[in-house]
Amino acid sequence: MIRSELIQKIAEENPHLFQRDVERIVNTIFEEIIEAMARGDRVELRGFGAFSVKKRDARTGRNPRTGAAVEVEEKHVPFFKTGKGLRDRLNGEG
Amino acid sequence: MGDRTLTRMDLSEAVFREVGLSRNESAQLVESVLKHICDALAAGETVKISSFGTFSVREKGARVGRNPKTGEEVPIQPRRVLTFRPSHLMKDRVAAGNRR
Repeated sequence: MIRSELIQKIAEENPHLFQRDVERIVNTIFEEIIEAMARGDRVELRGFGAFSVKKRDARTGRNPRTGAAVEVEEKHVPFFKTGKGLRDRLNGEG
Repeated sequence: MGDRTLTRMDLSEAVFREVGLSRNESAQLVESVLKHICDALAAGETVKISSFGTFSVREKGARVGRNPKTGEEVPIQPRRVLTFRPSHLMKDRVAAGNRR
């Protein structure tokens, strides 16, 4: 399923809404999650999962081609942990 | 750097502000977006949200695990796990926003 198919499904269930409003609603949800993580916040959606930010320490990496040492700066990466409800559903328990 | 935890309430508040539906209907829409994603994943589908990320289901084979406390061997049944791969846009925005 891709974004446009998700929008389509929501639009079909809500015939009283304009398609463009459904697009704005769906986009707002994903945008809000990214903005939260960009601030360093967590987004916890019970039964679905939690989006959080993990810190990766600075390290000395290597260019795999030349073997030269390169300093890699500290960085922050997005992380998603599947919620219990969804994990159970994937395994047919719920 | 923030350390707040947002919930469904914050997402429906954002929808409420953006579109001007009632708070109740905004909450229901957030719920149905999550439900449709869960349904697709439970059916084994990959969910690809452009400029956000990709949720995909992986099959894991059976293996012998160990209870870390007792050292006892326990069989782990084959199971399905979910992985999320963030888009480049998400990675870039999260990295930029949290840079000191």
